[in-house]
Amino acid sequence: MAFGPFLLLATLEGLLQAAVLTLTALGLSLVFGVMRVVNVAHGEFYMLGAVVAWWIASMIGLHPAVGFFAALIISPLVVGAVAFAGERLILKRLNYNPESTIVATIGMLYVIQQTVLLTYGPDARPVPTPFYYRLQLPWFGYSAYNLFVIVAAIALLLAVWFVLSRTRLGLVMRATQFDSETAQAFGIPIQRVYAFVFAAGAMLAAVAAVLIVPIRQAHYLMGLDPLLLSFIVVIIGGLGSLRGTVVAALLIGLSDGIISVFFSPTLAKMISTLLVALVLVFKPEGLFGTRAR
Amino acid sequence: MTNSHPVRVLALHVGVIVLLFLLQFVLPDYHHLAMTRVMVLAVYAMGYNMLFGYTGLLSLGHAMFFAAGLYGAGLTAYYTDWGVPLAFLIGIGCGFVLSLLIGLISLRTSGVAFMIVTMMFAQVAYLTTTYFTDYTRGEEGLTMPQSARSFDLLGLHVDLTDAGQRYNLALGMLALALLVIFLVVKGPIGRVLIAIRENEPRTLMLGYDTFRLKLMALVISGTISAMAGAAYALLFAYIGATFASIQYSIEALLFTLLGGAGTILGPLLGTMAMFYMIDITSEYTSAYLLVTGVALVLLVLYFPKGILGTIRERWWPWLP
Amino acid sequence: MASVSLLSTKGLTRHFGGLKAVNQVDFEIRTGEIRALIGPNGAGKTTFVSLLSGRITPTSGSIEFLGADITDDPAHKRVRDGIAYTFQITSIYGTLTAYENVELSVQSALRRSPRPAGMSGHALLRRKTLEALDRVGLGDRAGERAGTMSYGHQRLLEVAMGLALEPKLLILDEPTQGLSDGEIENFCTLVKEIARSATVLLIEHNMPVVMQLADTITVLDHGEILASGTPEEIRANEAVQAAYLGAA
Repeated sequence: MAFGPFLLLATLEGLLQAAVLTLTALGLSLVFGVMRVVNVAHGEFYMLGAVVAWWIASMIGLHPAVGFFAALIISPLVVGAVAFAGERLILKRLNYNPESTIVATIGMLYVIQQTVLLTYGPDARPVPTPFYYRLQLPWFGYSAYNLFVIVAAIALLLAVWFVLSRTRLGLVMRATQFDSETAQAFGIPIQRVYAFVFAAGAMLAAVAAVLIVPIRQAHYLMGLDPLLLSFIVVIIGGLGSLRGTVVAALLIGLSDGIISVFFSPTLAKMISTLLVALVLVFKPEGLFGTRAR
Repeated sequence: MTNSHPVRVLALHVGVIVLLFLLQFVLPDYHHLAMTRVMVLAVYAMGYNMLFGYTGLLSLGHAMFFAAGLYGAGLTAYYTDWGVPLAFLIGIGCGFVLSLLIGLISLRTSGVAFMIVTMMFAQVAYLTTTYFTDYTRGEEGLTMPQSARSFDLLGLHVDLTDAGQRYNLALGMLALALLVIFLVVKGPIGRVLIAIRENEPRTLMLGYDTFRLKLMALVISGTISAMAGAAYALLFAYIGATFASIQYSIEALLFTLLGGAGTILGPLLGTMAMFYMIDITSEYTSAYLLVTGVALVLLVLYFPKGILGTIRERWWPWLP
Repeated sequence: MASVSLLSTKGLTRHFGGLKAVNQVDFEIRTGEIRALIGPNGAGKTTFVSLLSGRITPTSGSIEFLGADITDDPAHKRVRDGIAYTFQITSIYGTLTAYENVELSVQSALRRSPRPAGMSGHALLRRKTLEALDRVGLGDRAGERAGTMSYGHQRLLEVAMGLALEPKLLILDEPTQGLSDGEIENFCTLVKEIARSATVLLIEHNMPVVMQLADTITVLDHGEILASGTPEEIRANEAVQAAYLGAA
């Protein structure tokens, strides 16, 4: 393949990565923005979404599309419930103390990950794609499903943006993020907002995982990479900034995809990890975020 | 704490060392080796405690210091014939340099940002070891050659394949680390580090250069952890990328929390307890890290002072 | 004590975005005096004093202390040079005893002064710590945990910590806030005694205390100096009365 088409292929791969990454990172960003909590277990919610999706799809023996779309709806709900339980039982009791919650979410990471290892096992298992259609471009064939994922991600992003900026629920969330004490004084039940946001963040990660699982397989360790990448995106884009997250996810997803194709994936990760550490030290508000109050 | 009972304190610590020394004569082979490992890892945790327990800085990347010592000593022993003692010193030196660099950059942040920055730098360190797999063989790792399994020092011949000599070297290092930490923590510097932990703005306004002091704490902490890493490479003749992984950083936190952060013997106790807990669990299942997870959650929810921390608060306030 | 300029500022300014918290302030305090800094809420007093102590950096302007320009000096260096600051909201080490709190101050002060012959470092540390505690009247509470002490005693503890630094300039930020009348009385006596060996800059809202203690009063309003003079002059000043409009 000539360089041009190769670059196009790499770009498409990058877009796919970026699409999934945006959704995942958005979940992390929401949780930090509203609750000021760094959820290190976020990657495990992602992984859980994929594993539950596999489980649902294999239970429903009908056409793969039915199984898949059932999973797309049910899996996030299941993961959301798990997140909700974690928030109520653990995070709330710690009063959302920044350092304690990080330690607690690390514990949650191991609990979720190892429980999956115990029940689902160490193997990687595929979920069949809901539909199989190959788009024939002049230089190579490309799976239409991949494009579907990108479109679905965009649609979801728009939906989240709509909820945040145009609905009452979104207003409540933004108010809590901006100044939780005043929000409380205005009668907003911030405890419930926190529980909801934590669950919603997990659900976003789960959806991203369900979308990607027909392409990548479901494996108990698949949460670590998305966790680190999400961290990178959120910190560079600015914690709590929706626009920053999207732009950073695009940048990171594309560059990670392209560098991985042309160079080595390890090098790509090294560069982005180093970059985020330096950003956090020298420009902690990221590229778009505003300084935390 | 106003230091009373210096006799009790001295007796306790000397007693622990003596007990460990005597233990080697009664332990069956498996536990003999296990305890050697525990002692080395305890030094790692003790280094971590210096920064976390006493200065109040939670690092999520301490594995990079352990790995610096591990690889510094291990690669030297593997690729050169400079001998074990020099390899050991090089390992410590690597840890010193790395902790100085990391400290200069990351100490501009604090709290959550510091945790994330250290985690990120550690991840870069881990990726570096797998990137240069030509030299390090990444996850697979390297086994030390025969030439690195013994050395001569001051007229003595030391054989590192002998379990007894290994045990006593580890014990010696533990005793050294205990001494160093004890001197730092109990002296005027230790008092100021605790002050920084308790109330940094106040400490700054008492005329202390808190940045320099935190840097010093981090360098001491990182160097001690690197010493443990160097010892591990040379005593157990193996280096591998897993030791630089984030899991290892979390273990340092876990051992310290469990045993009691801010106590001198806490890390030793925590390492021992956790080591055996994981050891026993892994006989039943490969998901032994589940224990790690549950332990972390329970500790942080109900038991944040750890074993010795709680004992100190409730019954023995003289415990350092 | 000869009256010499101890600390002075030229055009000291601090902006927060569009807000001019401190604006072009020329201020001077002379050795040996008790100076009060008053002004309505939001006048910029705490910002000004934070600039002096080094906790925040100025947008423009300069600060001179003992003839040297300290504008770029970090806070901890200014403390070592002789400026001590007690926080508006009491900031002490709650988990340590009163003795240990003051001990940290003394330790800091001893690092810059040579040790007199014939006394071990530890004994000197102990003696000076107990002296500072006695001076504020907390001598018999040395073993108490600071976090369990009454608010008034915590305030005194903080003053003891400031004194133990042996400063040339002691800045007290609203020290009587939260104290009972009896405690305030004792406090005024203490300040007068302190002023014999150090210069005191007092930020206060409590007017009787200000009138009783201050040699000179500076009034700050909207980040600028409104007036400066003796207590009688300030009391009669109409602009000052207008600015306060009934605030005690």
